[in-house]
Amino acid sequence: MSADDAPREDGFDDLLDAVEDGSGYYCSCENGHGSLPPRRVCPHCGSQALTETSLPDSGRVETFTVVRVATPQFADDVPYVTAVADFGEVRLTGIVDAAPDEVSVGMTVGVSVGRSETTGDRVLTLDPR
Amino acid sequence: MSEVRIAGVGLTPFGRMPDRTGRDLFAEAGLAALDDAGVAPPTVEHLFFGNFMGELAEHQGHQGPLMAEAVGVNAPATRLETACASSGVAVREAVKTVRNGEADVVLVGGMERMTNMGTAGATDGLSIAADDLYEIRAGMTFPGAYALMATAYFEEYGGSVEDLAHVAVKNHDNALPNEYAQFRNAITVEQALDAPRIADPLGLFDSCPISDGASAAVLVSEEFAEREGLDAAVSVTGSGQGGDKLALHDREWLARSPATEKAAEMAYDDAGIGPDDVDLAEVHDCFTIAEVLAIEALGFYDYGEGVGAARDGETTRDGRLPINVSGGLKAKGHPVGATGVAQIASLTKLLRGTHPRSSDLDDPRVGLAHNAGGTVASATVHVLEVER
Repeated sequence: MSADDAPREDGFDDLLDAVEDGSGYYCSCENGHGSLPPRRVCPHCGSQALTETSLPDSGRVETFTVVRVATPQFADDVPYVTAVADFGEVRLTGIVDAAPDEVSVGMTVGVSVGRSETTGDRVLTLDPR
Repeated sequence: MSEVRIAGVGLTPFGRMPDRTGRDLFAEAGLAALDDAGVAPPTVEHLFFGNFMGELAEHQGHQGPLMAEAVGVNAPATRLETACASSGVAVREAVKTVRNGEADVVLVGGMERMTNMGTAGATDGLSIAADDLYEIRAGMTFPGAYALMATAYFEEYGGSVEDLAHVAVKNHDNALPNEYAQFRNAITVEQALDAPRIADPLGLFDSCPISDGASAAVLVSEEFAEREGLDAAVSVTGSGQGGDKLALHDREWLARSPATEKAAEMAYDDAGIGPDDVDLAEVHDCFTIAEVLAIEALGFYDYGEGVGAARDGETTRDGRLPINVSGGLKAKGHPVGATGVAQIASLTKLLRGTHPRSSDLDDPRVGLAHNAGGTVASATVHVLEVER
């Protein structure tokens, strides 16, 4: 199913819309924990007082892998890099918009929305800065 | 509280059997376990059954009653799903049911059919153990998730792909005489290092295979075993379960498994033992790095110290703590829903002295089984002890 006829996932698609507009956010609680929407409860402390907080402009790659055997949804994208990046109170998993040999732990990335080359679906993307 | 005895265990060989139905695989393992126990199927009072992706693999939900009737059991049947820890959790529920006196005879087992899905289909199926919105849609695969943990481990503690290759070499070697194992070929460190990468830094030989298979065990109360004169020398003396956030990025640690730690602490307390009392362990090595994460979280090694254990010969059969003498998931195979009970079956045989590797061991008395789901958002630990 391509992005255009897939049903929306409220919370997730709202976040991707916001990232595309350059105004990405995450859910934060009064105890300084971050999480990704949709959330009614902070997964770290149980707080129900969640507010939308702007994602920092840049994060740091904490770990990454070069995926060479993909699920069918990314079959034509291989090889590609999936990374976990630290954005302060929250981490994001995304595909890094760079060649595998250009990615390293500690590199600085921003966040945007790209497209799977296989399905055309939207993908949270980490852009080297 | 009743003491829980293992009266019988049964397995199908693990491997590539794409044409065999799930119900037939489980019937083979379940009947083998009942036969080993000397218990007639109608005696069973409950079936606890682990399966992860039967809806995707063979368009079959509601597998509990289906599997009960496949082995001639006319009793309530419950399917449990915690990804690759599905039947570990089934064991825990079976133990609780016998302990609290609700039943004297429980059948526990698991089954997974995977190879009929093909490599892409099985990769897709396995990936759903992760967070669909924020991991799978970001291209994460099951090997990719463990690769993220491996890179994080190397960054935090050091270690190398060569260290991991030694885990694969050890587990392949362990499986050589195991007639139930999927791989019974020795490999070398060089072969493992030269193999194609699946998700860097992990290669083909760092990964368990895609497997079909089933497992079963008959758990009974001590009173029932004595009344019926069953030969049930192995007991489940400790049971624990731990949980964590589903997505790796929501965890405090990328290179540690707190869910395993919690499960182990609970199981050790329950059995009244500590990690130093364990003589051998079957741990969840879906990837080589997973064995390292497991032996550290189980308290056998400090964090950062487990990566060299196989290389240094400490976890080989003649080492101080043999790990995955059955071959582990790596070489025995990993039909995911069957794995937790398969570990119990292997340990039971090793403790009884009826396993093909028994003669290599020094009279083990205490065994530990560790089963993990996803990137260890679920974990179970069971302690088994033999009476001699």
